[in-house]
Amino acid sequence: MTVTPLTTTPEVTPVQLSAAAVAKKRLSSPWASLAAIVIAVLWTLPTFGLLLSSFRPELDIKRTGWWTFFTDPQVTLDNYRAVFDSDSVNLGTYFVNSLMICIPSVLIPLSLAALAAYAFAWINFRGKNILFVAVFALQIVPLQVTLIPLLTIFAKVGIAGTFWPLWLAHSTFALPLAIYLLHNFIKEIPAGLIEAARVDGAGHVSIFFRVMLPLLTPALAAFGIFQFLWVWNDLLVALVFAGGGDTVAPITLQLANLTGTRGTAWHLLASGTFVSIIVPVTVFLLLQRYFVRGLLAGSVKG
Amino acid sequence: MFSTASTTPEKLLQMLSALLLFAAVLGVVLFFASRVRGKRSDNLVGYLYLLPVVLLLAVGLVYPGLRTIYESFFDAQGNAFIGVDNYKTILTDGDQLTVLGNTIVWVLIVPVVATAVGLIYAILVDKSRFESFAKALIFLPMAISMVAAGVIWKFMYEYRVDQPNVKQIGLINQILVWFGGKPVQLLITDTGKLNTLLLIVVFIWIQAGFAMTILSAAIKAIPDEIVEAARLDGVSPWSMFVKITLPSVRTTIVVVLTTLAIGTLKVFDVVRTMTGGNFKTSVIANEFYSQLIRADNQGLAAALAVVLFILVIPIIVYNIRQVRQEA
Amino acid sequence: MFGHSGSSRSRVALAGALGVGLVFGLAACGGDKDGDSSGSTDSAASSIDCAQFSQFGELKGKTVSVYTGIVTPEDAPHKKSYEPFEKCTGVTVKYEGDKSFETQILVRARAGNPPDLAFVPQPGLLQQLVATGKAVAAPKEVADNTDKWFGKDWKAYGTVDGKFYAAPLGANVKSLVWYSPAEFKDKGYTVPTTLDELKALSDKIAATGSKPWCAGIGSGDATGWPVTDWVEDFMLRLNGVDAYDKWVKHEAPFNSPEDIAAWDAVGSYLKNDKYVNGGLGDVKSIASTTFQDAGLQILEGTCSLHRQASFYAANFPEGTDISENGQIYAFYLPGKDATTKPVLGGGEFVLAFADRPEVKAFQYFLSTDTWANLKAKSSSGWVSANKGLKIENLTNPIDALSAKILQDPNAQFRFDGSDQMPAAVGSNAFWRQATAWITGQDTQTTVNNIEAAWPKK
Repeated sequence: MTVTPLTTTPEVTPVQLSAAAVAKKRLSSPWASLAAIVIAVLWTLPTFGLLLSSFRPELDIKRTGWWTFFTDPQVTLDNYRAVFDSDSVNLGTYFVNSLMICIPSVLIPLSLAALAAYAFAWINFRGKNILFVAVFALQIVPLQVTLIPLLTIFAKVGIAGTFWPLWLAHSTFALPLAIYLLHNFIKEIPAGLIEAARVDGAGHVSIFFRVMLPLLTPALAAFGIFQFLWVWNDLLVALVFAGGGDTVAPITLQLANLTGTRGTAWHLLASGTFVSIIVPVTVFLLLQRYFVRGLLAGSVKG
Repeated sequence: MFSTASTTPEKLLQMLSALLLFAAVLGVVLFFASRVRGKRSDNLVGYLYLLPVVLLLAVGLVYPGLRTIYESFFDAQGNAFIGVDNYKTILTDGDQLTVLGNTIVWVLIVPVVATAVGLIYAILVDKSRFESFAKALIFLPMAISMVAAGVIWKFMYEYRVDQPNVKQIGLINQILVWFGGKPVQLLITDTGKLNTLLLIVVFIWIQAGFAMTILSAAIKAIPDEIVEAARLDGVSPWSMFVKITLPSVRTTIVVVLTTLAIGTLKVFDVVRTMTGGNFKTSVIANEFYSQLIRADNQGLAAALAVVLFILVIPIIVYNIRQVRQEA
Repeated sequence: MFGHSGSSRSRVALAGALGVGLVFGLAACGGDKDGDSSGSTDSAASSIDCAQFSQFGELKGKTVSVYTGIVTPEDAPHKKSYEPFEKCTGVTVKYEGDKSFETQILVRARAGNPPDLAFVPQPGLLQQLVATGKAVAAPKEVADNTDKWFGKDWKAYGTVDGKFYAAPLGANVKSLVWYSPAEFKDKGYTVPTTLDELKALSDKIAATGSKPWCAGIGSGDATGWPVTDWVEDFMLRLNGVDAYDKWVKHEAPFNSPEDIAAWDAVGSYLKNDKYVNGGLGDVKSIASTTFQDAGLQILEGTCSLHRQASFYAANFPEGTDISENGQIYAFYLPGKDATTKPVLGGGEFVLAFADRPEVKAFQYFLSTDTWANLKAKSSSGWVSANKGLKIENLTNPIDALSAKILQDPNAQFRFDGSDQMPAAVGSNAFWRQATAWITGQDTQTTVNNIEAAWPKK
């Protein structure tokens, strides 16, 4: 694995074999593989059960376990057809809404947090430490306490019921953790790089863009994925700010409503879940390579 | 631009214009920052960079947070000042003590186990042929919403009566039956906090992917020379792990533990969707929601939120000391 | 929050222009929708008298937003029943169904972002909403309709502090026991007409070795509510309506001997190992079974009796023959003797947060017998306490049964008590303690805990 963006630093050289790999190799390999397989199976099994369930007929789901599939395979696509039926469930519209909510809710906090993390790590200004601790501590404010005050503001400004409250709320809620994680990454960047740029007369703006941003890309991609997942799967914020109509509400909300006013609809939830997983999993697979060399947060100091 | 968009192209347009607006705001901040010169420039640029963040946080988190602290000293409707009565309730009422106890069990178990699993798995699959696939498998639960996770785990924990014509639909009980045991009503059994532990399993299942991803990246960044040197010294695999890998990713472990601990303190939807907080499984964040929304007791809810603040203080202090040590 | 956007004036101008464009787009879209629906609803529209809405003036192009907890699939007949109104007036009804309605409506009202109309299913919640100061009283036209078509008791549930706010919408009957007429015929069981007969029937079935009753109280974060219905039903039956009213208003304590008697009577069914839990397990399995799943055991033949409200009809799989001589039907949970007929029930109320003419017009429409009958024709599993509702318009035999019970002159209707109690009890302590009671807590502790949770004045 080559850590491309960091090759400019003399301290870190391309890694051929990581310590872990060596350790693993020396650990009796069959056991290591077995352990890995056990963990992987344990972690995948529950989801796998749901995947099978999503193709099973409604009554079978209620009456027998999903493993019955192996002895008595009954396959149907009805559950998937039902969730795309535009007259009732209509997941398509909510799918679009989820995307509309997610994109700004990832980009906005990401860029703001990058700026802030840079400031906390490399700019000496008064009150920096106190401010940083304050931002860090804000992670604990339970979202629930913010909902009514924020909705009141949104209603007064006249943007309630649009995408704006969701964008602003998600962006705000993401900031403390984003800043904390990015700061942990940014502060590990060798000081020499920044000093050198400063000597060349670069200001903080150009250092940020010319030096930091290229190094930060993987970390940003990594946090971007996390934030994307959190927003994509959020229900609480959506419940309060999006309501139940199909103009703004994301897919999670419709999934939650799927169970019907008074019924259980496990079959629809099963298929609906897989529709909603498609995007996050795709995003993960596509961006995984950034991920791998991405969050170097807290790695050994250069 | 601030009105309701109802068709997909309209939504798209609104999103793009919002992003443009945001870019413009950022542009202005950066423009001013680049103009700042002179002795005090660091102060000014620092504040400018933080300005949007501070504004958003002040309105979105600080103000509601302070209001919550204030409200925690008032009664259910927020009308009468009742001092620390709400806190007394939390610390004396039997149900509330269970809630507090559960929260502590959660926060002690989840971060440690999720981090351990993530770390071990990251090491095990590192450099293997199927690395990215193997990682995607552990990562998958993160991509699943809680609503969906609730359904997934229903098919693990569900109980069906032990009768001739009735089949189990929950895997765990099925396994019990296969091995000649009797099915157990897993989620309502609170002996030895069994049901709480089962809920914790779900949360660990979700969070291990986070730990694994971040730790894996840190492991890959351990410089080669260190590894090579150790290898030449003939270090055993175990001491390689203890003496090289662990110290190298120590700060990352702290970051992951911290993030998970805070996430765990706020856990609410796992409990909400799986037991609704019944059968002695409630935790503070869920109890907070119940009191605020169901019981309409603003004061007690606020006090519960403040208790969350307090519980996180040790974590903050620890992190500050970390930062100091490094500086 | 948009303060600093002013620093980029051209951007804001652009934003304004975009905003205008979007508004036009929206309007155009609304128009299209009207055009679409005109063809399909001609017959429906012509069936109602459009002149009745002229008193509200010209409403064309206006929108009314409705927020409710009624979601798929029950929302479809609702939306359909609005079409004649939309056709008559040119008003668009924006229907927003949300399963979390009961919690979110309070948040939205408190934050000053309520919908035009909300269908509120609990008088207790109605009071909380009125207390936010955002609700508006019902217009005179609606009050007149309510006087004409609904009983005094129903109007009273929509009244807060002497001011009439909300007209009733739908209703349900909770005092029902589901059973299989086919099974009863086979085994020679008869429908009981008194509580003693119900007990005797239970014993008779239990003597055959099978468990007569099945029950489930799981309901997500509302787990426990089905027990509260049981307790209320027995409170009404054992102690009469007056004692019930006092109990609901907390003029009598929650741990009174009457209350304990009601719990113990319920316990003699639900906590009786010989009676429960048919096809589902032991007593504790009541807590781990969702209320939706429990009654399905009747179809499996593992359970004979299931006490649940009329809306439970929707839970049986499509194609189930629900009728007096079919696979599934329900009987009235009998009173102490055959002459007293207390009926426990529930329903929704239409609460307005705006008094624009189009909102009033729609409220008016929903309170008419015209709407009740329109809705009856288009849905199954729905009734109203509207006296103008013609029973022959109800397609589902269970709905007809419910309507008959509601319209019975001897019936003493009482609204679900927990729905009227303060939230701290009605939607928290009562549910939770009832759940703990099912899983082993004794009655005295249970009622003491609920009494302690009652908000102090």
